[in-house]
Amino acid sequence: MNSGETVMSATSMTVAEGTIDWERPDRGRVAMLSLIAAEAAIFTIFVVAYVFYLGKSLTGPMPKDVLSVPIVYTICLLSSSLTIHFAAKSLRRGSVLSFGVLWLATITLGAAFLYGTGTEWYRLIYQEGFTISTNLFGTTYYSLVGLHAFHVVVGLLTLTTVMVFTMTGSVGSEHAERIDVLSLYWHFVDVVWVVVFTVVYVIGR
Amino acid sequence: MRSRGPSNRLVGVSQLVVLIGGAGTAFADTAQTWSPTNIFAPASTPAKSIFGLSLFILAVTGAIFLVVFSLLLYSVVRFRKRKNDDGREPPQVYGSNQVELAWTIIPILIVVALFMATARVIAVVQRTSPPGNAIAVTAIGHQFWWEYRYPDLGVVTANELHLPVSDPAYPTPTFIQLLSADTDHSFWVPRLGGKTDLIPNHPNAMWMDPQETGVYLGQCAQYCGTQHAKMLLRVYVQSKDDFDSWIRQQRQPAFVNEAVSEGQQLFETTACINCHTVSGTVANGRFGPDLTHLMSRDTIAAGAASNTPENLRLWIRNPNAIKPGSLMPAMQLSEQQLNAVTAYLETLR
Amino acid sequence: MSTDALALPRTELASRPVVSRLHDWVTTVDHKRLGILYIIYALVFLLIAGVEAMIIRIQLIRPHNDFVSPQVFNRLFTMHGTTMIFFVVMPVLFGFANYLIPLMIGARDMAFPRLNAFSFWMTAFGGLLLYFSLLGANGLYGAGNAPDVGWFAYAPLTSQTFSVGHSTDFWILALLISGFGSIGTAVNIIATALCMRCPGMTLAKMPLFVWLNLIMAGLVILAVSPLTAAQIMLLVDRYLGGHFFDTQAGGSAVIWMHFFWVFGHPEVYVLVLPAFAFASEIIPVFSRKPIFGYSVMVGATVAIGFISMSVWAHHMFTVGMSSAANNFFVISTMAIAVPTGIKIFNWLATMWGGKIEFKTPMLFCIAFLFQFLIAGLTGIMQGAAPFDWHLGSSYFVVAHFHYVIVGGILFCLFGAFYYWFPKMSGKMYSETLGKLHFWIFIIGFHLTFDFMHIPGLLGMPRRIYTYEPGRGWDTWNFIVTIGVFFQAAGILVFLGNLIWSYFRGKAAGSDPWDAWTLEWSTNSPPPAYNFAAIPIVKSRRPLWDLKHPADPDWKYE
Repeated sequence: MNSGETVMSATSMTVAEGTIDWERPDRGRVAMLSLIAAEAAIFTIFVVAYVFYLGKSLTGPMPKDVLSVPIVYTICLLSSSLTIHFAAKSLRRGSVLSFGVLWLATITLGAAFLYGTGTEWYRLIYQEGFTISTNLFGTTYYSLVGLHAFHVVVGLLTLTTVMVFTMTGSVGSEHAERIDVLSLYWHFVDVVWVVVFTVVYVIGR
Repeated sequence: MRSRGPSNRLVGVSQLVVLIGGAGTAFADTAQTWSPTNIFAPASTPAKSIFGLSLFILAVTGAIFLVVFSLLLYSVVRFRKRKNDDGREPPQVYGSNQVELAWTIIPILIVVALFMATARVIAVVQRTSPPGNAIAVTAIGHQFWWEYRYPDLGVVTANELHLPVSDPAYPTPTFIQLLSADTDHSFWVPRLGGKTDLIPNHPNAMWMDPQETGVYLGQCAQYCGTQHAKMLLRVYVQSKDDFDSWIRQQRQPAFVNEAVSEGQQLFETTACINCHTVSGTVANGRFGPDLTHLMSRDTIAAGAASNTPENLRLWIRNPNAIKPGSLMPAMQLSEQQLNAVTAYLETLR
Repeated sequence: MSTDALALPRTELASRPVVSRLHDWVTTVDHKRLGILYIIYALVFLLIAGVEAMIIRIQLIRPHNDFVSPQVFNRLFTMHGTTMIFFVVMPVLFGFANYLIPLMIGARDMAFPRLNAFSFWMTAFGGLLLYFSLLGANGLYGAGNAPDVGWFAYAPLTSQTFSVGHSTDFWILALLISGFGSIGTAVNIIATALCMRCPGMTLAKMPLFVWLNLIMAGLVILAVSPLTAAQIMLLVDRYLGGHFFDTQAGGSAVIWMHFFWVFGHPEVYVLVLPAFAFASEIIPVFSRKPIFGYSVMVGATVAIGFISMSVWAHHMFTVGMSSAANNFFVISTMAIAVPTGIKIFNWLATMWGGKIEFKTPMLFCIAFLFQFLIAGLTGIMQGAAPFDWHLGSSYFVVAHFHYVIVGGILFCLFGAFYYWFPKMSGKMYSETLGKLHFWIFIIGFHLTFDFMHIPGLLGMPRRIYTYEPGRGWDTWNFIVTIGVFFQAAGILVFLGNLIWSYFRGKAAGSDPWDAWTLEWSTNSPPPAYNFAAIPIVKSRRPLWDLKHPADPDWKYE
């Protein structure tokens, strides 16, 4: 028993002889995946609310009365997943120039999507008079699509920050792992859009 | 030597069941003396059904408790470190698959048994369609009072629910539809049944067939705001004849008495009629309780005070004195006006 | 022996100004310091919420009491519940997790130290925001009011119609903000446990403490998010004219309940799994045996984690769900009793055949076993829906969950405080005061929470500021209130012990309990870098292997 014995410095705890092969997952990746899980749970609740309230509005426009399917902007957003994928691959190969170009393309496509959402909302609010307080459909629609758009905004901010660093020459192939982790977030945003698009514009209409 | 054949065993088991049932009933009889809202003193089929289930569950969990508690107590006493301990570590045991299997399988079996007993009672109590001779009541929860409507009998009243007693041989249950005018409430009269919530935009239903006459108490069981605590329930279970005469009396329009015309005039020209109904007069507000037969009730303010002239007068003068946070405003009447209105209300039998 | 983060000579330490030392603490990213910050923060709020409870119980000591008004009472129980769950129990558990996980896995810090600091300050700010409502909100009854909607804030009571002013908004925002902190901590715990283990420590060799906190973190990720979503929806209703829970517009009050309890039920497992973690470390050491059934304990906890996501509507049995739905939730609720029971049996088997030492940490953990058994059984009773049609929303429920949280979680927490206090402070606490705390507190606990079941069985609902005489509730409420004073005294003895021992306690040494996990190989308190060299381990009990080279664990595991 060694209770009461004071140890002046932490003893070396080598129980096994020699070195061992020791693999652990990358913590950035694990953290991002955990964050994505949390965000997925939040979106799930908003989707559940949307689906639950379909057909339950007491008044006001129904989805098929006012919604128009945003095919072009959806294609923009989903293509941005492709561009970011190839951007990450370029960086891993070391070609910072093609990384920068593809990265910029990603940002542009994402911004185009936001622009599309903006014009769509402008039309709904000012021409159709359809707002978040119009009826249950309005509340759930703007909340769900808005939450997604907010996540696109956050994504674009981080992507733009990386763009700035790229243009000042601070980004190199040693950052490939971090870029991969960041792309995970962007892919998640796209997957959420696929779900939202299906629920709102395909099933719900 | 008596044979221990299966028939003898069955007799033994059924004797045990009768014994437990008898003990349960005897328990129920004494239980109601401890408290008028004792869940172990059921007086209606849903409550009795739940009572039976609760005894079964208490027996099973009680047995589990005794077994595990004894084992814990034993281990703490038997395996304590003695004063004359030799300082060696005890045998380091890491686990045992057989033991793990045993204490996984047995709890699963217990869970299955408990679930089956529970499912049966759910089926009994959650009936959706009332029999033909059921009395229909609509209960509407308000902050902080109960509105009762008997749609088939043309009666509207508040706070004190009257039901006919039900003969177990020829049951005459009451089916209550539960609605809410504002926020969530819950109807809980323990001796008559479990609680069911009153939720706006979510109609619920419950039923009861009280088998003894008397007054049954309860109160709102879902936090609904400041005076949730004084949203009390009084259910008067009456013989068929008494119930019928109560219905007849409640269907009358309000008594008119010349002697209190000053008070009635005051009532009808002040804000009172915005909230209250007195049938046969211009007062037809729905926000507060129907006052047509106010004097037929034992209490006012949903049970917060007994229905005496002093309390009534105090209530009108300053509701916050009886039920602070109640939604009835103080009417700012003079003493003389108060006397007149109280006198008028006192005639609403 | 170093007592500070920097290995400076003593004379220089003593002369550093207070401001500079405070600055170190405020800007720290060291998991040990953040752990201590979380713990101290939680203790402060424990005192505040404890006083709230005392006032509640004084009001209920007799019928028709007028110690406080109904308005104040309703704020008190709202604040007591919200504070205890979000600003006492969660922070203190996160504090212990932060402090111990890196040490137990042989790492120098958590995976993301700055995220760690951010999470703490978010949680801290949330708590301050909640209490700022006393000054900043204007409710219907005057300026400055705490929220009074209950900790679960059912709709439509929380709509602008019924909750005028801003007190409800402080509730929403405080929880939203501290929710982000909780998710940050959870992400950190997951990344640390999965990615920072020292060589040789496979997941199968990780201490149960780390496993249980890992699963807890997974539950936080999946459960706090629905609450975040629901609160955003409530804000949309209150400020953007939304109708999520607006029954007048066809909205559903019940869907708030579903969303809240999808959070609320896993939340109680978030609270209890770390308590199980404490018990799983303390009981083996004071029984002088390894934990019985390590893999089964891990498996049972994973099962609890999964099943806990499927039981939520057992909080809604009275709401009027279909019998099919009721049956489903009966089954899932009763099912979760199986892995939970397995854990109790494994702790029992750990003690069985051991040599139990009744030091203060072990006293609290033994009491936990008895009390958690009872709490679990009253949980089964409520899991049977028809029985719950009586028991739900009554004082039986209040007794049940306090039995779990106080009798289970708080007792394990006390055990943890005494067990790891020597490690964190370098000093030994007074065993006499520890035992005094135990006995005073346990008497108070049982006076209050055993007898609290009875008014529930006699028809007393929750959340009432007063009650009628003649219902048979008076005597029981009186006894319940008396117990509270014993508990308060116990807590004062506890705090006194901690403070006195911190300054005057005997030096504890690195391993006062002759324990077996890696944190006991460091100094007490550990240096900022934790380990001079990252350890390599071969079994679940690395120090056992060191102390028993002829008989190491890795030969038998």
